[in-house]
Amino acid sequence: MTSPAEPEALRVVVDLNRCQGYAQCCYAAPEAFSLHGHEILFYDPAPPAERRGAIERAVQACPVRAISLQAGPDDGDAP
Amino acid sequence: MSPEPAGIVVVGASLAGLRGAEALRRGGYDGPLTLVGAEPHRPYDRPPLSKHVLAGALDAGATRLPELTALRARWRLGNTAVALDRAARTVRLADGAVLAYDKLLVATGAEARPWPAATGGGLTGIHTLRGRDDARALRAALVAGPRRVLVVGGGLIGCEATSCLRDLGLPVTLVDPHPTPLANALGTVVGGVIADRLRDAGAVFRPGTQVRAFEGDASGRVVRARLADGSAIEADLVIAALGATRATGWLRGAGLMADPGGLTCDGACRARDADGTPCPDIYAAGDAARWPIPLYGDRLVSVEHWGNAVAQASHAARNMLAGPGDQRPYAHLPAFWSSQFGINIKLVGLTAGADTVAVVQGSLAARRFLAVYGRGGRSIAAVSFDQARWLPAYAEAILTGSPVPPITDATDQPRIARADPGFPPPRRAAPAPSPAETAHA
Repeated sequence: MTSPAEPEALRVVVDLNRCQGYAQCCYAAPEAFSLHGHEILFYDPAPPAERRGAIERAVQACPVRAISLQAGPDDGDAP
Repeated sequence: MSPEPAGIVVVGASLAGLRGAEALRRGGYDGPLTLVGAEPHRPYDRPPLSKHVLAGALDAGATRLPELTALRARWRLGNTAVALDRAARTVRLADGAVLAYDKLLVATGAEARPWPAATGGGLTGIHTLRGRDDARALRAALVAGPRRVLVVGGGLIGCEATSCLRDLGLPVTLVDPHPTPLANALGTVVGGVIADRLRDAGAVFRPGTQVRAFEGDASGRVVRARLADGSAIEADLVIAALGATRATGWLRGAGLMADPGGLTCDGACRARDADGTPCPDIYAAGDAARWPIPLYGDRLVSVEHWGNAVAQASHAARNMLAGPGDQRPYAHLPAFWSSQFGINIKLVGLTAGADTVAVVQGSLAARRFLAVYGRGGRSIAAVSFDQARWLPAYAEAILTGSPVPPITDATDQPRIARADPGFPPPRRAAPAPSPAETAHA
């Protein structure tokens, strides 16, 4: 069970239309990405901040560029 | 004259609203930007809700979407748009606030169709599943240990939920009016594979019948469903997976072509007024939009697909920033995915109107295959069950309108037989009559 998203959690989303199950993310960041069955990608959309390096490697390793990671802190509410 | 420009208002703060707003900033828009969201949450991702969240692998609060561009936006969350005044160029919110706009993006999405109150809809224990709060409430009800869960409707949400319930070891019955699950989306030939998997997983499948009414106990809690065939199912938890209606009620009276089937747009994502004229300052994207799709003869469609929300919102944003002479048409190949019963299902194209289905890789018996749908001899859609890597080649064939089957000389192809895909006839008494076709994901 992943804990509820906390302020320091990263934010990740994978375009699963684009994902072809190459599983490179599973090698780059095995705590955050795993394949279930033949080709169902399961991922943690809110990994802890200390995994940023591994998640960034996963983003780079994806041959179809399906992974998005929020780069910085949230935008504040503009006045 | 107002001293500063009113700017752009995006109504809807889910995937389409967020990606539309990001595309506006990426496209160089530097003026005021306001996002209005009915839910109190910043944009979050919905697909995991009916999968990993129900199964308990993710918390409902974990799916907040990455925000990929600095938005510098005013967020009006937990606040519903209730009216549009096109002449005054204002949107009125439920709290009474009135927002002026120079350009408006309608991205209000869709709402789960509730079980009607007259036949038990008000009973405790009847859930719908659309938003994060729905998923959290349903997950809590599952953890409480229901004796039997009844899932009404074998579409994608109903099937994904049923799959999760069996993973949790809960007794579950799925009722659907068609001979197989996913009949509207994939036809009964392909849907039959899911019917088999569902039964193998230990779910009870009751095809060809419908729930007429729910009955409750003295405390108002659901205890039983009465079916059209005269039988009853004892169930203390119900998931009504009846599809969605477009959240366009707030546009009533605005003089647009809007109804529960969507807000009709032209090919450039501009909303059409009641006379059919595209509004230069009102655009729509995502589930709420109904648009002419070039690949299918400009038929009006509204698709509840993740990929369309992203692509259409970006396209609408691009056109919002372009001049009237530079409004580009939105050309899109619809696609969706689902995971259920351990199978990765992916579809490209629209299956509506298919008269043929042919398995072109693998086999239905192995539950690992790729099938192509044809209409009038041309390839219009393709579905893969655990064969996603073949799909891009078939997407290409669909884009070019290749004959069906489009590829006959690939390695490891089975002997290709064509069959009637088994789509149900169109419903005669749909609750939300609409000229548009609808695809669910």
